[in-house]
Amino acid sequence: MINITNLTRYFGTLAAVNAVSFSVGKGEVFGLLGPNGAGKTTTIRMLTTLLAPSAGTALVAGYDVTVDPLEVRRAIGVVPQMLNLDIDLTCAENLEYHGRLHKMEPADRNARTEELLRFVGLWEKRDTPVEHLSGGMRRRLLIARGLMHRPQVVFMDEPTVGLDPQARRLIWGLLESLRRQGITILLTTHYIEEADALCDRVAIMQTGRIIALDRPSVLKAGVGKYSIECLGRHDIPRQFFPTREEAIDASRGLCEDIVVRESTLEDVFINLTGERIEG
Amino acid sequence: MNFYPIVWKEIMLIRRKPWRFLASSLVMPLLYLVTFGWGLGRGMNVGGGTYLEFVLPGILALSAMNNSFGPVSTSLNISKLYTKTIEEVLVSPVSHWDIALGRTLTGLGRGLFSALMLVLVGLVTRVHVHYSFSFFVVLALTAFCFGAMGVAAAMLAKSHEDMANFNSFFIIPMSFLAGTFFSPDRLPQPFQSMILAYPLTHASIVLRSLAAGNGPALGSVLILAAYTALFFYLAGRLVKRTA
Repeated sequence: MINITNLTRYFGTLAAVNAVSFSVGKGEVFGLLGPNGAGKTTTIRMLTTLLAPSAGTALVAGYDVTVDPLEVRRAIGVVPQMLNLDIDLTCAENLEYHGRLHKMEPADRNARTEELLRFVGLWEKRDTPVEHLSGGMRRRLLIARGLMHRPQVVFMDEPTVGLDPQARRLIWGLLESLRRQGITILLTTHYIEEADALCDRVAIMQTGRIIALDRPSVLKAGVGKYSIECLGRHDIPRQFFPTREEAIDASRGLCEDIVVRESTLEDVFINLTGERIEG
Repeated sequence: MNFYPIVWKEIMLIRRKPWRFLASSLVMPLLYLVTFGWGLGRGMNVGGGTYLEFVLPGILALSAMNNSFGPVSTSLNISKLYTKTIEEVLVSPVSHWDIALGRTLTGLGRGLFSALMLVLVGLVTRVHVHYSFSFFVVLALTAFCFGAMGVAAAMLAKSHEDMANFNSFFIIPMSFLAGTFFSPDRLPQPFQSMILAYPLTHASIVLRSLAAGNGPALGSVLILAAYTALFFYLAGRLVKRTA
């Protein structure tokens, strides 16, 4: 569904995305994980035709983003990081507008609006102007809008950024449901748990490059399935072990407050870069 | 052609707050009419008619310009730089020409509506102006021209300050100098040349000629049409560049 080769984007002399290559298969949930400024959003903006690549090629649903941008736009749904809904329009009107942009027939538009507003739990709010919705509700409406025209590929840029844990869990539930429906999703996130819980495969990005790409379980196994961490002791580096027993053995006498736990994608990132993802 | 959704959204927004739309369409042209027509111009005669008869076609052109350029450029600029709502359209299968056309037509609608409201005021207050089909076609062309200019300016502006500067250095001087309140031939030659470069001057010349019951000033019609084509071309190209 998505094939990109050596995709590059310069801003002046700065390479925000530098020779990035990966493929995403049909029905796959693929995550771009990395800190702010890693190049995730720039990558997604090139794939959604909002930004022209400086070099490399990108095919989405079989169409080149620079040669056939209108065909790409027919095939994709976009859930941007910014809540760019029309706040003076109601929930239903926002979806109707989107359906009209995609030339959906009126009967289909109405049926799809009801289906999606029920899916995201906003049917009761269908006639409420968006300005009266909470941030979490707006985020859910944004997801509904991105799905309105039944896209083949959905791009989600930080779909839970700025939400409280309860609202975030609600969005995760929706994404889980989309995954079960077989919708191809490319999402960017800087939340470790999110990438771990939702993605079939994850590409970890730093300063415009992909530094690791695989299934979360494989990436974590690569550093060691279990880790020990001395709380409050930054002078003692995290250590990784293939089994819990080995981790417990190694932790004895190491420091006072010690945690033995399963490794996370953040451990993978720290192991590769020496830095944390979330600031 | 898929420009209609953009027009549809504008209609929905106006339906949501109709009084705000009506007030914003009428305040400025009515102020001009009261100040320059009934206030300063009372008792003045121009070319054998009253000053009010002279100034009304110019204020109609000005009103068509302000109410097409202003709302189009402001809403598009905010949408591009602040709310990012334009990105929904830019990632949809609507071509850059359709986006430019849809936005320009919203300007045409607003500008023409405002001008028609003033025409009604003129009829009620018995200002003697000869209205013809050609008169309204030129009013529509004027509103379309400045709607397209609004799209181009908003797409070109990299900040709200850029937009404010465009208003300060181009729109406001044109409002006062482009033959709305006085005939350009009363000014010294260098100023006349500058004023004749403004598209609004030619809208005023054509409307004034038609309002007097004469034929359209063909030279000015052609210049206004050329400006319209240029602004629309720029609008489409600049929307494409943004995407």
